[in-house]
Amino acid sequence: MAQPVLEVRGLKKHFPVRHGLLGRGKTWVKAVDGVDFAIHPGETLGLIGESGCGKTTTSKLILLQETPTAGSIAFEGRDIAGLEGTELMAYRRAVQVVFQDPFSSLSPRMRVEDIIAEPLEIHTDLSRAAIGKRVGEVLELVGLQPDVAPLFPHEFSGGQRQRIAIARALATNTRLIVLDEPVSALDVSVRAQIINQLEHLQRTLGVSYLFIGHDLATVAHISHRIAVMYLGKIVESADSDTLCARPMHPYTKALFAAALPSHPDDQQQERTIAGEVPSALRLPSGCRFHPRCPSAMPVCSEVEPTLQPRDGGGVVACHLYD
Amino acid sequence: MNMGGPDMAPHSPRRSARPGEVGAHLDPVLTVSDLQTHFFSFGGTRVVKAVDRVSFTLHEGETLGLVGESGSGKTTTCLSIVGLLPRAARIVGGSVVFEGEDLTRKSQRELRRIRGRRIAVILQDPMASLNPLFTIFRQVAEPAFFHQHLRGRSLRERVQHLLRAVRIPSPEWRMREYPHQMSGGMRQRIVGAIALAGGPSLVIADEPTTNLDVTIQAQYLDLLKDIQRETGVALIFVTHNLGIVAKMCDKVAVMYAGKLIERAPVRELFDDPKHPYTRALLGAVPKLGSKEPLYSIPGQPPNLANLPAGCSFHPRCPEAVPRCVSEEPGDFHLGDGSVARCWLVEGKNEAGAHRGPTRS
Repeated sequence: MAQPVLEVRGLKKHFPVRHGLLGRGKTWVKAVDGVDFAIHPGETLGLIGESGCGKTTTSKLILLQETPTAGSIAFEGRDIAGLEGTELMAYRRAVQVVFQDPFSSLSPRMRVEDIIAEPLEIHTDLSRAAIGKRVGEVLELVGLQPDVAPLFPHEFSGGQRQRIAIARALATNTRLIVLDEPVSALDVSVRAQIINQLEHLQRTLGVSYLFIGHDLATVAHISHRIAVMYLGKIVESADSDTLCARPMHPYTKALFAAALPSHPDDQQQERTIAGEVPSALRLPSGCRFHPRCPSAMPVCSEVEPTLQPRDGGGVVACHLYD
Repeated sequence: MNMGGPDMAPHSPRRSARPGEVGAHLDPVLTVSDLQTHFFSFGGTRVVKAVDRVSFTLHEGETLGLVGESGSGKTTTCLSIVGLLPRAARIVGGSVVFEGEDLTRKSQRELRRIRGRRIAVILQDPMASLNPLFTIFRQVAEPAFFHQHLRGRSLRERVQHLLRAVRIPSPEWRMREYPHQMSGGMRQRIVGAIALAGGPSLVIADEPTTNLDVTIQAQYLDLLKDIQRETGVALIFVTHNLGIVAKMCDKVAVMYAGKLIERAPVRELFDDPKHPYTRALLGAVPKLGSKEPLYSIPGQPPNLANLPAGCSFHPRCPEAVPRCVSEEPGDFHLGDGSVARCWLVEGKNEAGAHRGPTRS
């Protein structure tokens, strides 16, 4: 297989939390605790999990907004930790991000053309005319008319704003876009437009996506592969079709059980799992999921399971399959 | 568009315990007929018809899903029912009959006795419904204190009972805590406890699970179902999520641009949606295990201040005929209990001679 666009190995990010008198005590929140994955050209990796599972911290590490505690992130074969100067600029040019809320991610005081032109001004030495031409091109790519360029973000609906955010992310011949819940804030019909648009852009431009979400059906629809995160660790990862056909980790199963039916007749028989995600400050011993797990065994509270190859391809970290 | 697949024929057996059918022959808890709520601005020169001739009924133990995109008038419909409209809005026509009384004719003073006791509202953001400065006890106790005049020990017991009903662990301790000490899911359950405190016969839940994680959302929805089974409360579920409708509701009302464009029992709506907008909405939702391209409705929802002529949906409708541009369709009652506001269903096994733009 070709070289991955992005390869993440043993990635960890621990945040210190001070407590006690004068903050002398110190504990660690293990937001991301040993995560491995790879994203290949033209591929979408879906990262799914509940709030606090570390998916957004992972995206921040990839975007160099945080420095990892341990582990490496390699972009097209080169570790990004040591990048400097023009190489760092080249990385920042090739990896872009689209956030959840298009109302706060676009500056209300900048015109659409300036928003999209900004990365071009920073990263390229194109002339003003060439930048203007490129802005028109990417606006057309995302399904907007080029003549909306002089307008301000408030003149657009939520879906159109999200298109503008995607246009900005695409402007610099991007190789990888981190999509952090890009459709969660949108209405159903608009959500479908954006998902279709993203899929279309990937087919035509060959760009890779890291799609972060919590809605199983949406993530499964857009992703080629899915990684399920729970409390800083990937508990299961497989092809999207394989995972949907046969989820193996009890947490993945719980997510499927909690997914809403698409018809009144396909109600889930099993009850959803009890309890909530525990605090990342006091991680359970052994398998982090064992306090909520319906099939927990004595070994689960003692030994932490490691990712093992699972049937049908992919990996799963669970003692049930030892 | 066959949404179900071969194993989901329209005549498949219904859920066994359907509380809606028990009360179906009794008087409805809530009858909304021809409700019109308009927003007036610029001294009354600009009128926005946020709710335009909306009618539906709800029986004891039934759940109605009120579905639509943002700005379609779902929330304004709910606020009209409980009389909590903003100043600029006024109910200009129609009636809201709740347990035999028309709420639109009541004063705010009379409505205050009904709200919190017989009708309760659960809003999207629990942190906005809870006061961060008061203990959980004080907030859950308030409806029982004012409406049922409970005091002292009986009040404390009532609060503990309510918290236990919404599955708050060790309520005698948790009720002394403050909202910030609770997780998002627990806060929303506390709001549920407050809603139940007065023993309501109608609960309006306005997107109550939008901010919750999927497993917490599933827990909350299961809890609401259990409570409904125990108390027989009628529920209005405002949502844009058709999955929640499929899981929770007995019947569905779809809103578009201030109008109810389709009303139907939940299975009829999913098996055989009548209005092109309903079909489009169903096609726009990703389904697990399917990678088919989603149906995307072209364009944007219209501006309520400047609605297109004829049917409001016609500029986005893939099946529009010339008549849709000029003439607004009325309600067409169809044989399977659904009502659709679309020219395409005219004459298709219509039940009765109801054609006017009104009444159910």
